[in-house]
Amino acid sequence: MRHTGRSLALALLGLASAALAEERPFLTLASTTSTNDSGLFEAILPRFTAETGIEVRVVAVGTGQALELGRRGDADAVLVHDRASEDAFLAEAHALFRRDVMYNDFVIVGPPADPAGVRGMRDAARALARIAAREAAFVSRGDDSGTHQAELRLWRAAGVDPRGASGRWYREVGSGMGAALNVANELPAYVLSDRATWLAYEKREALAVLVEGDPVLRNPYGLLIVDPARHPHTKTELATRFADWLTGPEGRAAIAAFRIGGESPFFLLPPREARRPPPR
Amino acid sequence: MADLGEAFATAFRLLATGDAELFEIVRLSLAVSGSALALAAGLGLPLGAALAIVRFPGRRAVVALSNALLGLPAVVVGLLVYLLLSRSGPLGALALLFTPQAMVIAQTVLITPLVVALTRQVIEELHAEYGDQLRALGAGPLRAVPTLLYEGRLALATVLLAGFGRAIAEVGSVLIVGGNIAHVTRLMTTAIALETSRGELALALGLGILLLGLSFAVSVAAEGVREVARRAGA
Repeated sequence: MRHTGRSLALALLGLASAALAEERPFLTLASTTSTNDSGLFEAILPRFTAETGIEVRVVAVGTGQALELGRRGDADAVLVHDRASEDAFLAEAHALFRRDVMYNDFVIVGPPADPAGVRGMRDAARALARIAAREAAFVSRGDDSGTHQAELRLWRAAGVDPRGASGRWYREVGSGMGAALNVANELPAYVLSDRATWLAYEKREALAVLVEGDPVLRNPYGLLIVDPARHPHTKTELATRFADWLTGPEGRAAIAAFRIGGESPFFLLPPREARRPPPR
Repeated sequence: MADLGEAFATAFRLLATGDAELFEIVRLSLAVSGSALALAAGLGLPLGAALAIVRFPGRRAVVALSNALLGLPAVVVGLLVYLLLSRSGPLGALALLFTPQAMVIAQTVLITPLVVALTRQVIEELHAEYGDQLRALGAGPLRAVPTLLYEGRLALATVLLAGFGRAIAEVGSVLIVGGNIAHVTRLMTTAIALETSRGELALALGLGILLLGLSFAVSVAAEGVREVARRAGA
């Protein structure tokens, strides 16, 4: 008993000292697996920290969960890519403002043997319709992420409801982009991926880019600053400084210089700003 | 097979080069799971022992509950602790979410039922053996609990080792409440999950091999302590 009491006290002491160790100012950024898995943050955030002394703690989850973290006040800023959910987030007055940051694009990758015969198609929705008609294996993120939302929009454009085939040729894996690529690589199957994760993905011997370049495959990222009116503890000032940096000359130069294997996965957007509706 | 070979090579390279980031992750993993174990032991050992020897109405229900909690998935623990610690949750003002402390809390919740259930088992058997003796000496439950815990220390060391094993191997709860933030809340297991999702399977498995090695080292060390205690006791 005396021993457990002592180790308990030691543990609590350890906790206390760990709490004291946090001295540098930081903000919490909820973002998506695609930006994190591609290595973008590792490349650009150290520059922001070096210039401002502010640390950015990235929690990388799906777009749905990232927005939920912002809604609950668990993040100070949210960087995601699903325009419809972002607009809703703004309209519900969860964010002070949104600023356009950059875009990347989606590609349909699949087995080089291409059983559905979609290689080189320019119309992504028609390509999906053909995959459905042939009942060729297709891996869906199935996790309410921005990429998943984009995929569902494409299916609607194709006039197909794939969820009727869930468990047969339509496989909803309910996990991140890299994990979905792993599954597609093993089956093999078609999958919609953002180009950044695809380029950063190491194990891709059984997959190839088959459909790209359709304007509907463009994937814009927006940075939302969580509204302090709802969550007074959020670090609005630090988050706004981060927004100004990311959409200012230094941040834009850092994003533009980011390469994966010689290719640019992210392209700059004009930093247009949308503000929340004025409080009534 | 090439992947497996690469994984071992990666594990070896990380160790040999003394990778600073790796040591940071290992240190944090040990600190978090060690703290969780200390808290779980502080709560679970007395509670498990009390459940073993004190008869009270509803005891069976408590025992059944503590056994049922053994099957609690780590993700569910993570979600519960997340909802408690979230800024919109009841303990939000503490600002513990996405900190090592949050991960300690989640792992403590996860392994305390294990410590309680196994301790009860160990102490029940000891109590069957020594209970009459203790009663003859006039020891009430308050005296009997520490005495039996001391007598059962060798078996209880294994109980604590099992608790530590479950804590350091789990990923579901720490991913949710810690957020896998680089240099802040990244542990061995969350790093493995991240590298898997990046498709860096060899690096992920390499880290897994190191985690296995770490568990092995801890269990060898615990066995050594037990051996010393056994000799000292004999």
